[in-house]
This record gives sequence, C-alpha cells and structure tokens, in this order.
Amino acid sequence: MEQSDLYRYLNSPTMYLIVGVIILFVAAACIFFMIRAYKAGLAIGMDKAKLKRTITSSATFAVLPSVGILLGVIALAGSLGTPLPWLRLSVIGALHYETTVAEAAAEAVGLEKLSASVMTPEAFTTIALLMTVCIMWGMVLSLFLTKKYSTKLRNPGKKGKPSKFAGFGDTAMTAMFIGLVSAYIGSYIGSFVSADGLFSFSGDWLPLAVVVVAAIVMAGFIWLTEKKKAAWVESFSIAGSMIIAMAAAVLINGLVH
Amino acid sequence: MNENERKVWLETFDERTHLYGRIICAVALVMLIGAPFVMGAYLGAMPNIAAFGKGFLAIGLVWLVSCIAEYLIYVPMLGAGGSYLAFITGNLINMKIPCAINARDIVGTKAGTHENEIISTLSIATSSLVTILVLAVGVAAMIPLQPVLQDPALQPAFENVVPALFGAMAYKYYRKNMNVAVWPLVIMSLLFIVVPSLVGSTSFMILPSGAIAIGIAFLFFKKKRMGRM
Repeated sequence: MEQSDLYRYLNSPTMYLIVGVIILFVAAACIFFMIRAYKAGLAIGMDKAKLKRTITSSATFAVLPSVGILLGVIALAGSLGTPLPWLRLSVIGALHYETTVAEAAAEAVGLEKLSASVMTPEAFTTIALLMTVCIMWGMVLSLFLTKKYSTKLRNPGKKGKPSKFAGFGDTAMTAMFIGLVSAYIGSYIGSFVSADGLFSFSGDWLPLAVVVVAAIVMAGFIWLTEKKKAAWVESFSIAGSMIIAMAAAVLINGLVH
Repeated sequence: MNENERKVWLETFDERTHLYGRIICAVALVMLIGAPFVMGAYLGAMPNIAAFGKGFLAIGLVWLVSCIAEYLIYVPMLGAGGSYLAFITGNLINMKIPCAINARDIVGTKAGTHENEIISTLSIATSSLVTILVLAVGVAAMIPLQPVLQDPALQPAFENVVPALFGAMAYKYYRKNMNVAVWPLVIMSLLFIVVPSLVGSTSFMILPSGAIAIGIAFLFFKKKRMGRM
C-alpha cells in the first residue's frame, strides 16, 4: 500500500464507522448513568434545582478543556489520521498521555518518527493497540475492584469504637485535591526557576502568569457570589476564570514576543 | 420513604451501579482492545505482537503504576458510579476530577455519601458528553476549524488550559485552607526547583503532595477535635 493510500484508508468512512460505534456506546453509557443518577437524586429527596445546577456547571466547566482536547486530536491527526485520535481522546484517553505515548509507541515499533510519511499499516495497528493497552488499567481495576474498594470506603469499620478518622473523609478529599493542585503549581514554579540549570530563572513563566490571572479572576467571581449575592455566577466562575486567563496568555505572549 | 426503606433502596441502587458499571467496563474494554484488530483486518495488517511487547515493556509499565495510583486516589473522590464512568471516558486530571470537585462544592455534598456519589456521577456524565460532543463537532468541522485552532497567536491559550484551570481552583480551595495548602505548595515547589527533571513526572508527584496535604489536614483536624473535648 502506498503512503498516500494508507493515509486515505486511515481517514476512510470504514475507520470512522469503527470508532463511531465505540464512541456512541460510551455516550449512551454516559446518558444512562446521568438519567439514573438524576432519578436516584430525586428519589432520595435531593433538591431538583441542585441536580440541574450540577449539570449546568459541569457542562460549562467542560467546554474549554474539551477544546484543548480537540487540539490533541488535531495534533495527532496529521500522522495517525483523524478517527484513531478521535477515539483515543474521547474514550479513556488523556491529553497529556496520548501525544507522548503515540511518539513513544512509534519509536517502539521501529519508526524513526511519528509521521504519516513513514507509517505502515502494521505500525499503525501496533501503535493503536499500544496506546489502548498502556492506559486501560483504570478500567481493568474498575471491573474487578471497585465494588470491594468502594464498599470498604463506605463502611471502614463495622464493629468496635469509632475510628479516629471518623468525620475526616470530607477534609481528606479537599486536602487531596489541594495536594494535586499544589503539585502542578509547584511544577510550574520549578520549570521557571530551574529549567535551564538550578536557579537560572530563565524557564517559561507564562503558565505561572496564567495561574495568577485565573486566581485573581476567580477571586472576583467569588466576591460577586458572596458579597453581591450573585449566586448564578458560581456555575460559570471556573469557565469564566479560565477563558479570561487563557486570553491573558495570548495577550502576554503577544506583548512579550 | 422512611429510613429503613431508604437504606434498602440505596443498597439496591449500589448493587445495580456495580452491575451496570462492570458490564459497561467489560464491553468497552472488549471494544477498545478489539478496535486495532478490526482496523487491522480492514487495512490488511494485524498488530505486531513482538513489537507490541517491546513497546509495552518500554512505556506500558510506567503507565501501569500511574493508573494504579490514579485508581486508588480517585475512587474515594468520585464514588462508584462516577469512577466507572471516569475511568471509561478518561481525561481525569485535566477535567473530570476538578469538574466533580467543583460540582460537589457548589451543591455542598459530603465525601462518602450517596448524595456526593450522585452529584459526581451527574458531573462526570455531563462533562464526558460535552467532550464527546465538542470532539464530534470539531472532527466534523476539522477542515474549517483547523486554521483557527492552529493559529500560532492562539497557541499560548490552548497550551495553558491546565494552568488556567488550576489557578482558578487553587484560589477557590487555598483561601479557606491556607494553613494546609502552604505545606504541599512550598515543599513541591522546592522539590521541582532542586530536581527539575521531576517536572516530567508531575502526575506521580500528586501522590506525595496529596499525602503531605492529608497529613497536615489530619493534624489540624485532630487539634480541633481535641479542643472541643
């Protein structure tokens, strides 16, 4: 098969059909779980307005990161065709994972680079399998362990005196999330300070500037919510902070360069 | 429904969540692993298993450890229903986890409760559907959209989606927990400054960073509880 033929095959309706069926299945699973959760919330007496607010805030929250993920599809489409990256980033994929693993997988199968110009059908299917298998372990663990693990989490000790951790679960979850955010912000600080040698202060400072702008805008939204009683702002505060901070990145980059 | 009926109803709900979650996970796994072989049948070339094995040893083992760590951390945050969906749909750190935490915060549910599980399931299902929709529209409009999305002037915006997300989330969570947040933030910053190569392993560093935050939070929690005695 010629290289140009291969790229045509990778973008053919048959390939779209193969990935489309899987994506439709996953979309149907999401709709099924969504309706089920909504009905369960009403059945146990949760406020309908809160359930609707969860849907609205999650939908607005997801738009911008989704556009970022779309860029991952575009980035990989040039070498792997469009259907495979579309599948990978719609189902179990992760933006930071797919682009790096695709490169590593291409190297592992003996290609000099991840490019349509050197791709072969065998290399393509091997890369597709590698990209899937390397990241599927969360699903495998879910299949075999989630029932036991989540039951254990809900009932940590059934007998004896109350655990010293009783009532700490909610605080622990917030702390874990603070740890997650801190690891990323710490990495931006480290990249800026020591990217080109210890304390060289010559690394990329744009991510740090974006963090600061997003935090300031978020402070503004929280002020509006709490002091001006504009509760509706809360559902859009994350998406709003992100879009302003991302616009600031374009502006700062334009001014500096 | 009275307390007893509610308990029985929730037990049945939990059982079915696991049943449906497992079925969907199993079907999705078969479809995903099968896809490269179906594509192989169409293209006339099956995956090379020797090259696959070599590649898996080179890159797969690292992600295996990462997936196990993510699983242990995120299931307590999301509950069963949310976890099944999140591990099927992916993009956890850059979307699903912050999205579910944000929804929980807006609605005010407590971790480990059924209310929290319902909220996180709704949040993850909604955000997954939005991603599927945005990607579908984006793929359909790939040709007209590509020049706009790949415009060099706009690249700093898309390269900084995660810093923008975490900047907003940091303010929201740090301001009420500064006594906890300062420790992982300072320790992680120093660590990344002294060992800059760790930047490539940030997703692994969530574990020690989270452990530090939980440890400090527990000390404050204990102190506060002793103060009440």
